Amino acid sequence: MSEQGDLIVVGAGPAGLSAAAAALAGGLRVVLVDSGTTVGGQYWRHPPEHARAAIRTDDLHHRLREYRALADALSAARTAGRLDLRTAHHVWSAVREDGGFAVHAADRREAPAETLVVLRAPRLLVATGAYDRQLPFPGWDLPGVLTIGGLQALLKGGGVTAGGRVALGGTGPFLLPVAAGLAARGAEVVAVCEAASPLAWLRHPGPLLRNPGKWAEGAGYALALARHRVRVRPRTAIVRAEGDDRVTAVRIASLAADGSPRPGTERRVEVDAVGVGWGFAPQLDLLVPLGCELTAAEDGNAVVAVDDGQRTTVPGLYAAGEVCGVGGAPLAVAEGRLAAESVLADAGAAPVPGDPAVRAERLAAARTTVARQRAFARAMALAHPLPAAWSEWLTDETVVCRCEEVTAGAVRAACADGGAPDHRQVKQLTRAGMGWCQGRMCGPAVHCLAARGRPYVPAERLVATPVTLGALAGLDEMEEQ
Amino acid sequence: MNEFIIDGRPVPFVEGQTVAAALVAAGRVAWRTTRVRHRPRGVFCGIGVCFDCLVTIDGAGGRRACLVPARQGMNVTTGETVTTGETAGTTTTVTTVTTDTTEEGDHE
Repeated sequence: MSEQGDLIVVGAGPAGLSAAAAALAGGLRVVLVDSGTTVGGQYWRHPPEHARAAIRTDDLHHRLREYRALADALSAARTAGRLDLRTAHHVWSAVREDGGFAVHAADRREAPAETLVVLRAPRLLVATGAYDRQLPFPGWDLPGVLTIGGLQALLKGGGVTAGGRVALGGTGPFLLPVAAGLAARGAEVVAVCEAASPLAWLRHPGPLLRNPGKWAEGAGYALALARHRVRVRPRTAIVRAEGDDRVTAVRIASLAADGSPRPGTERRVEVDAVGVGWGFAPQLDLLVPLGCELTAAEDGNAVVAVDDGQRTTVPGLYAAGEVCGVGGAPLAVAEGRLAAESVLADAGAAPVPGDPAVRAERLAAARTTVARQRAFARAMALAHPLPAAWSEWLTDETVVCRCEEVTAGAVRAACADGGAPDHRQVKQLTRAGMGWCQGRMCGPAVHCLAARGRPYVPAERLVATPVTLGALAGLDEMEEQ
Repeated sequence: MNEFIIDGRPVPFVEGQTVAAALVAAGRVAWRTTRVRHRPRGVFCGIGVCFDCLVTIDGAGGRRACLVPARQGMNVTTGETVTTGETAGTTTTVTTVTTDTTEEGDHE
């Protein structure tokens, strides 16, 4: 089978960009695949190249100099014919084949039309990132309630503010840039409900002290939010969204130490949009079917097990970024770099031109960054846990599975009467997780209801994004050509 | 001005915006009705994961409005019933995208 390159990188966010750039610098031919219309992933989400004059988003971004350096390196490699950049390509399957990998993607540059393509290379690097982790609450299925990542994507990708009066809730530092971005675009951010207590950081001060960059970032948000008179309310949560055909108000409650709403503290706030997010769930759809070993992360997610060079347990398969544990963009960039160095070493690539001492120094710096940022990520997960008693917000009628509209009552009954020990069994009994999103939204929550305390391992999804049967039928024909 | 059509009505967009972004910018947060409880839905995750924002675009059903860039003259429908044989994960789903005919949301 003909191969398109020495390495396929899936995902052009911070990890994938950094990996691709380092592999290209090392002399490899790289295929970089991403579902977005442009490179950057969610963190550096941008409007398509030709639309950037009309949709200005630069002020919403961080570390843009790094993004531009990586994007420029890719452009140069593309011009030189060593980078095959496949944007708007949705990878639906990756399989081992003839000692290498075949990556199946739907080319959706002319969406809604699509063409299936197969990309082949001896090595594969998966950097597919993560998406917002959700906990259901009454009314979360009302239009106008979005994930905080969704609010951010509309803002960074389309220059659109989803509401004029917005409440945000959940846990984790990601609430802050979203609040700051919305406020910068004129939305009134009426509440930022952070379930955790800031004092939780005091139990693990070391990683924070060793990452001054994080202080600066935090101070920047604090200033921006203060300027817009946005208050972050620790130990509170949005426990209900209200409205008929769209959200018109939220109920906010103070939380007790276990995360249960403190009686008598609930108050109603009128809003026209809501953003919620409880950390992130790694996007493991391609990695689980490839059979690589998983390990438990502090935030309750199963993540891909990698060695100190970002190698998975499957030979030739590497992973970088949030799939190896949620830790933010600087960690992802450093992991991408390490992964590329491993690919170069394993491929027996010729030594890169230039000063070997400088190169060794850069590699050592990447290793230091990874160690320091991982320690920070662990502390962050412990400081921003899912509240133990979150399920007290649910009524029996609350929809848990948005696609199949399965209620909390049905899930609880399956766990109690049916004795379902995990989300897979709950799915069999109730259809929760069986709909369009295949449990990507409700999976972590159903898991918590069924098997709290164990790491969340997502269901194996053999098809990572829906493709039409018509396009599949054309696949054989294409292979024969 | 750039416009696409949704259920016969024009929606303006800025080149580069997705169908979902343009709809939200135009003040529409819901454009689909769920199968079981007939509840209104629009965009939730905004990045192609949740499938809440499904629409039919130029006759192709089951498209995520948050992923497809809006294009001049694109015909977006939420009203007709489309049947698409799509493989979603290990389950083969035959999906019916049901009616949301009024902009105000007549969701009985």
